[in-house]
Amino acid sequence: MGINRREFLRLAGLSTLLGLGGKTAFELLAPGQLEAQQYVPEPGAFKAKRWAMVVDMRKLDEKTAHKCINACHLTHNVPDIANPVNPAAAVSPEEQVRFRIKWLWKEDFHNAFPGDEHDNLQEKLHHMKFLVLCNHCDNPPCVRVCPTKATFRRPDGMVMMDMHRCIGCRYCMAACPFGARSFNWRDPRPYIKEVNLNYPTREIGVVEKCTFCDERLSKGQMPACVEASGGALIFGDLGDPKSKVRDQLRTYFTLRRKAHLGTYPQVYYIV
Amino acid sequence: MLEQAFVGTRKYYGLLAGLGFLIALGALGYYQQLTTGLGITGMGRDVSWGFYIAQFTYLVGVAASAVMVVLPLYLHNYKAFARIAILGEFLAVAAVTMCLLFIVADLGRPDRLFNIIKYPTPGSVLFWDMVVLNGYLILNIVIGWNVLEAERNDTKYKPWVKYLIYVSIPWAVSIHTVTAFLYAGLPGRGFWLTAVMAPRFLASAFAAGPSLLILLCLLVRAFTKFDPGREQIQTLAKVVTYAILVNIFLFFCEIFTVFYSQIPEHMMHFKYLFVGLEGKGQLVPFMWFSMVGMIVAALAMVVPKVRENENTLAWACGLIILTTYIDKGLGLISAGFIPNPLEHITEYWPTGLEAMITLGIWATGFFILTVLYKIAVSIKEEVRA
Repeated sequence: MGINRREFLRLAGLSTLLGLGGKTAFELLAPGQLEAQQYVPEPGAFKAKRWAMVVDMRKLDEKTAHKCINACHLTHNVPDIANPVNPAAAVSPEEQVRFRIKWLWKEDFHNAFPGDEHDNLQEKLHHMKFLVLCNHCDNPPCVRVCPTKATFRRPDGMVMMDMHRCIGCRYCMAACPFGARSFNWRDPRPYIKEVNLNYPTREIGVVEKCTFCDERLSKGQMPACVEASGGALIFGDLGDPKSKVRDQLRTYFTLRRKAHLGTYPQVYYIV
Repeated sequence: MLEQAFVGTRKYYGLLAGLGFLIALGALGYYQQLTTGLGITGMGRDVSWGFYIAQFTYLVGVAASAVMVVLPLYLHNYKAFARIAILGEFLAVAAVTMCLLFIVADLGRPDRLFNIIKYPTPGSVLFWDMVVLNGYLILNIVIGWNVLEAERNDTKYKPWVKYLIYVSIPWAVSIHTVTAFLYAGLPGRGFWLTAVMAPRFLASAFAAGPSLLILLCLLVRAFTKFDPGREQIQTLAKVVTYAILVNIFLFFCEIFTVFYSQIPEHMMHFKYLFVGLEGKGQLVPFMWFSMVGMIVAALAMVVPKVRENENTLAWACGLIILTTYIDKGLGLISAGFIPNPLEHITEYWPTGLEAMITLGIWATGFFILTVLYKIAVSIKEEVRA
């Protein structure tokens, strides 16, 4: 018994067609949802309906800001292009600006909130360094434009990157109104002094950004920057009325970056 | 018909060898880019699209402009264009091929190119751009080949070709519209956020593309026994004239909205291009040359004497190609990123390697164009002999 060659080829061809077609149809019907549904949280993981962050600028001095940035960049193997491991890999100051990778960084008020400044601003605003990062928008333009769903939004609001699917077209970088995305213009590894073996390093040619520390939340840890901030960064679930973030938003007036663009950023600032 | 590509004069082979040399240089540059990353270009985190994407945008226009020959011929039965339709279609084939190569050259991970097909994302304009560009390439190859073969055999092409031709007309419009939509729907980029972008793209394309076709017709006449025809060139010249006038009109519509509304996010990019910002303005002389040159060329084309004299016509067409190229190929893409969304100003200029790769892709396009035109012209000569 058995099937002849002709029959085998026919069946193999058909099942390939159906397999391909089935997958495609699923993705067409529910774009961007596939990855999210396959995700099963570990026991002990922090879960939320809608993750959000509040940056309390009253508590965030420049030293704390640096601590947060270092914690983030060390945790995620973010290269420091200005400081190569081997001096032979050094690049010019102009290239340092072009190649820089930023997940979390500092900006002046008029750069973080362009258009909101005026000639007679409160004195302290001139000296404040605002921590900026991916806003994990509710309506993210980067997700809308990505041609491969390499960047996608999870049901809990996190905007994620699949660096194994990214083709490096950089459409998301053009779409992001916050400059939150960085591209690996060259191999990042020679610029990582201390490699964290618990987090992947990246290759040439893919885009990366802040992920709200999904890998830490899934182990029941707060994001690295929040942990290092001594209370200046508050992180939690907007879906829970009793959460700390909801309490802050209820109590204080907060700002969001470029809220008029309709991307619904989920990083809030108390000035 | 393909055999015609392999028989030619020394000049023909010389031209192909020259282009082949440039292609090889480009390939060497691209190898360097593949191994060390896109850092070999002048792009960076602030200006994250540059020369490659700009060439792509310009060439989509050149490709779309084939419709300016096809439409009068097949919809209005303007018989004169039957003589040069193939030149328009083959120009489109070469231009679309260059477009696709420029997109691949711009990818950080070209090895994952097929992820666009593996994970189709209809919400992304880039997905649709892939669909319309490849479709347009296939349409023009199939149509051009069949019509030329019919002409050679002195028969009428098969009826189904006619339907493909009808499809190709709106399809040509679609490729440049979808390409404009890549930019015109991004919330954080004030320079590109304008509904007039797609119409302006089409207007500048229908000026630049037929201008190039006029120059190619003049070259074909000078170097072969096939004359594309005076009437044909004159009709194309009128298309160029109206299109370039519409393009300038749309540019001033844009300027009015931006500067009368006084919205800074929209004004700052134009200021960067035309007066410079914070002492940075390396594109300022180019942009003024482009705008003044475009207006001068348009006014010259309106004068019948200039248009009817093929020498002055060639100069005006050359000026239109150059000025629209500066506008779209230098200004449009980088100015969208300068200043960046945080209002920092980082300028952009392509590097030598980037220019070499770019030149290699242009040479590939002209290699294809030379071979296709050789086939077309040989058959036209044969039929008329």
